[in-house]
Amino acid sequence: MATDNVAPDEGNNPGGVDKKRRRLLTQGVGVVGAAGAAAMVIPFISSMSPSARAKAAGAPVEVDISKLEPGQRVIVEWRGKPVWVLKRTPALLEGLKAVEGNLRDIESDDSDQPEYAKNDYRSIKPEILVMVGICTHLGCSPSYRPEVAPVDLGDDWQGGFFCPCHGSRFDISGRVYKGVPAPTNLEVPPHQYMAGDTRILIGVDGGRA
Amino acid sequence: MSKATDLMAWIDERIPLTNTWDKHVGKYYAPKNFNFWYYFGSLALLVLVLQIVTGIFLTMNYKADGELAFKSVEYIMRDVNWGWLIRYMHSTGASMFFVVVYLHMMRGIMYGSYKKPRELLWIFGMLIYLVLMAEAFMGYLLPWGQMSFWGAQVIISLFGAIPWVGDAITLWLRGDYVVADATLNRFFALHVIAMPLILIGLVFVHIVALHEVGSNNPDGVDIKKKKGADGIPLDGIPFHPYYSVKDLVGVVVFLIIFFAIVFFAPEMGGYFLEHANYIPADPLKTPEHIAPVWYFTPFYAILRAMPDKLLGVMAMFAAIAVLFFLPWLDRNPVRSIRYRSLAYKVILIAFVVAFIVLGYFGMQPVTPAGTWISRICSLIYFGFFVALWFISKNEKTKPVPERVTY
Repeated sequence: MATDNVAPDEGNNPGGVDKKRRRLLTQGVGVVGAAGAAAMVIPFISSMSPSARAKAAGAPVEVDISKLEPGQRVIVEWRGKPVWVLKRTPALLEGLKAVEGNLRDIESDDSDQPEYAKNDYRSIKPEILVMVGICTHLGCSPSYRPEVAPVDLGDDWQGGFFCPCHGSRFDISGRVYKGVPAPTNLEVPPHQYMAGDTRILIGVDGGRA
Repeated sequence: MSKATDLMAWIDERIPLTNTWDKHVGKYYAPKNFNFWYYFGSLALLVLVLQIVTGIFLTMNYKADGELAFKSVEYIMRDVNWGWLIRYMHSTGASMFFVVVYLHMMRGIMYGSYKKPRELLWIFGMLIYLVLMAEAFMGYLLPWGQMSFWGAQVIISLFGAIPWVGDAITLWLRGDYVVADATLNRFFALHVIAMPLILIGLVFVHIVALHEVGSNNPDGVDIKKKKGADGIPLDGIPFHPYYSVKDLVGVVVFLIIFFAIVFFAPEMGGYFLEHANYIPADPLKTPEHIAPVWYFTPFYAILRAMPDKLLGVMAMFAAIAVLFFLPWLDRNPVRSIRYRSLAYKVILIAFVVAFIVLGYFGMQPVTPAGTWISRICSLIYFGFFVALWFISKNEKTKPVPERVTY
């Protein structure tokens, strides 16, 4: 071992030092230390992800629709998000055809919905709309604007949803207009009718995806 | 030797106290032609101190909890002795921080203070601005009002525009599937510990960089080129007492304005504290009209001007990022606006006007006319940097004097 005997008069530059070996050891310690430090980052980063409690809080929600008037919308909370249940009038449903030319994703090909809601109504029953009330642009909750051709939304408006934050427009099925910042249609959550068809369970659909 | 000099000598043998004082204050020679625009650096430092002190006292009564946060702010306002004063100083301080920082940046742009050898000084300053925006954004969530909640929802969702990993990133940032208690808690941690530590570190290196290269001045003249026999710049005067006293005048005037706001208009008609934020956060209902606080609105207007989500987010971040490159986009070695061409003055004025107009429309509800004006102003905003690159190449400038003028 060359490093064992260092002559005192050689000071900080002892002649017998194996510099190659010293460099290898320094680099080796450096790499191992860096790997350890990098591994230490994982628990800290991971601690910021949703906790087990947050993940568990996604229980399904039951909504009674028997007292819903035509044109009325109720808002329920599911996984902390607003979910709209809307009973559409025949007039509102007719408006869907009229605005098709203005829509970006008419067939909902690029949007999120269960298979049974991938139609023009984006629902199981045409008149009952169940929808996550969160704009696909930046997460505001759009307002429900069922009136036809109001002053602020223009003559083409056949009823729908308007996001006050950045002006995104959606038809009464939650389909997004062209030329607005939202990229896709509003999301339809998994849901199913319970016995008697007067109650809806939001959050589960018995695997009918 | 007196007792005092003995003590100083004793300390100086152990830490470089006199040395440091001389280097940064007593014998730091600054150009003698500083004008009004040179108040805002020291004022920014003053506001930083105010924010830290008031912030410490606010945390003594604030509760970072989705159930308790809103009430604890009202508790501070109503029941804590002088709580209203401390909170209004903190909220007014946030807005005034941006007032002085924007004026400070304007000074830097006008007098070419970002040019060689002050590129790093400029970049440290830009980093301070960036951290300050993060700090202000996170602080705004803490009262847990409607605007806090939906503002955070929108800004966090911006990261969702990143292809592929966007949704995972927003989930990680929030710590829940929506903005929730977990989000509030982490924003509190970042707002009171992480960001202030980074901010103080950056301010420190900003000042170290400044004192290494020396201060620029309204003439953009390098005062180190003309030194007297004693090695001191002929146009330089020591920071203390000359500028410490000058800055003190600025501090007094600033505090008169600051406390006039705190006492008589702390909400500033909804510009400093938005009306919707006096309603507790409701995850089911977005307020009819949401807008960020005024200091973010120019960038918010750029975001809204784009008809596409990803493009909007990219344009917004690019609007801030492009400022980092200013030292290299401006190819003219002449620093001060005083000696630059008419073309430069025109594009700079257009830039400032566009920035203010964007700020105005960023506060307004979305209208077709507002969107188009925002689009034009966004073009002018980015156009400034493109035009600067071309104009500064062969710009006809006036002769720069050898010595400063005043």
